[in-house]
Amino acid sequence: MSDQGKRNSVPTAHSLAEVIDQSEHRGLLSRLTSQQTFWVFMAAMLACLALSLLTDTFATERNLFNVSRNFAFVAIIALGMTAVIASGGIDLSVGSTVVLSSMTVAVLMSAGMPFWIGIPAALGVAILLGAVNGILIAYAGMPPFVVTLGMLSVARSLAMVLSNNKMIYQFGPDHDLLLALGGGSTMGLPNPLIVMALLAGVTGFIFKWTRWGQHLFAMGGNENAAKLTGIPVRQLKVSVYVFSALTAGITGVLEVGWLGGVTTNLGQGMELSVIAAAVIGGANLAGGVGTAFGAVVGALLIEVIRNSLILLGISTFWQGAFVGSFIVIAVAFDRFRSIRQQG
Amino acid sequence: MSALRLEGVSKHFGAIHALSDVSLSIEPGEVIGLMGDNGAGKSTLVKVIAGNFAPSAGEIFISDTRVEFHKPLDAQRAGIEVVYQDLAICDNLSAAANVFLGRELTRRIGPIQILDYARMRIRAGELFARLKSETRPRDLVKRMSGGQRQAVAIARALLSDAKIVLMDEPTAAISVRQVAEVLNLIRYLSDHGIAVVLVSHRMPDVFQVADRIAVLRRGRLVASKRAADSSPEEVTGLITGAIEFA
Repeated sequence: MSDQGKRNSVPTAHSLAEVIDQSEHRGLLSRLTSQQTFWVFMAAMLACLALSLLTDTFATERNLFNVSRNFAFVAIIALGMTAVIASGGIDLSVGSTVVLSSMTVAVLMSAGMPFWIGIPAALGVAILLGAVNGILIAYAGMPPFVVTLGMLSVARSLAMVLSNNKMIYQFGPDHDLLLALGGGSTMGLPNPLIVMALLAGVTGFIFKWTRWGQHLFAMGGNENAAKLTGIPVRQLKVSVYVFSALTAGITGVLEVGWLGGVTTNLGQGMELSVIAAAVIGGANLAGGVGTAFGAVVGALLIEVIRNSLILLGISTFWQGAFVGSFIVIAVAFDRFRSIRQQG
Repeated sequence: MSALRLEGVSKHFGAIHALSDVSLSIEPGEVIGLMGDNGAGKSTLVKVIAGNFAPSAGEIFISDTRVEFHKPLDAQRAGIEVVYQDLAICDNLSAAANVFLGRELTRRIGPIQILDYARMRIRAGELFARLKSETRPRDLVKRMSGGQRQAVAIARALLSDAKIVLMDEPTAAISVRQVAEVLNLIRYLSDHGIAVVLVSHRMPDVFQVADRIAVLRRGRLVASKRAADSSPEEVTGLITGAIEFA
């Protein structure tokens, strides 16, 4: 900066700290554009716009209803996955937790149990799976990848045992209630979407404003430091996997109602979409970074892209290629950014 | 009154005598440079004082009261803070969040406790100002210099009103200018009546700030004398064993 420039800037700034403060708190726009979430959101909006113009099927009420519901299922679990990833772990068992949770509610209710027993039982089973994951990871010190990979297989197998691998589509006396919960809508919005919005709000609040959230991000950033400052990292880890499993359990219950029946291939491969949503939404697989809003936006982008492939008449065989590439691209994006920051 | 007194502290790991009969006393505000070769028992001694290891024999007194630590938290409650070599800092959090890590300030809104960011920022800002550090509470630690990170770690010790600060190789991996910053921070602690145990390999740093030098060799305390009465040559001799005892 020239001498003149310096002199000109002096009268407006009162102290060095204020100048620094001003430069730190840049305009809203420049802060927004530095966020990965912002660009992902823009991409999703752009895709929506393009699809509305290119096809007459996208912007129909029916299609939007479907998209928003599908997206809600992925987004709900992506909230739990973001917590796990931000804490420095990974949970591969969410897809299987979905099927075991929905199978639990389906089996109990088809046996004549009421709604209010079936759903808590399903959520309880999900919490139990999460607790087993968490305890093996935190107390036995096993790698999250291995533990949750094992659980992926175990939980789906249990769902098969439980149902004898049959489809269940009769849910006893509260049949209609269960279907209305996951398949119905309130004030024009699909119920899963409402649940997702509420959960996203709560999760975002917890991440930012509670000690649990703060400790979770601290643990993901530097687990050793978290331990040394007296944070109970083991209990914290268990709670994180329980949270993730609970989001999968909620999704399981809602999906039964939407589909109107459960088979044991429900939620197969879902972990991939969920991890993709979290990572695209800015969660860092190395731990310590992630937001609830990002998880939702990531899920939105994936679902819109998936829907667009169908509407544009591209074979569904391509879906995996797209979702997979998106994970890699999101991680690459993050790599480039951190390299640029260092260099 | 001594801030910290060790009497006949030993630590055995099976047949290995990591520490044998170490007796040492540190006054409030005193800076003691703890030196010794690799494996001489420095880290073990620090870990015994910090509550990571229970001593096999011997007693520890803080302000002339006998204490027993079963876990690091016990030592922390008794007024001992450790600034670890890797600083035990979370890069992804702000300076203020790091200072308050594990003891966040909260306020109540109805039935829920939420983090009181405003109060934590103000308190952290006051601590950094006291340390004459240009660290800003809102900044992410990731973007800070080595000296600023040290200030964060030391602010944490100040926050808890520590009586004794243990520093494990604080100047090992930072630039010359930052070393000066860290040595200033140590002097600040000492000026405020906080005893500092400085574990270091770097002779010049130790002689710049330490009031007293303690040398460990193969688990035994072979010297504990005023820095002014010693010299780097003597200390080198004590560390290597060329000088038996001083």
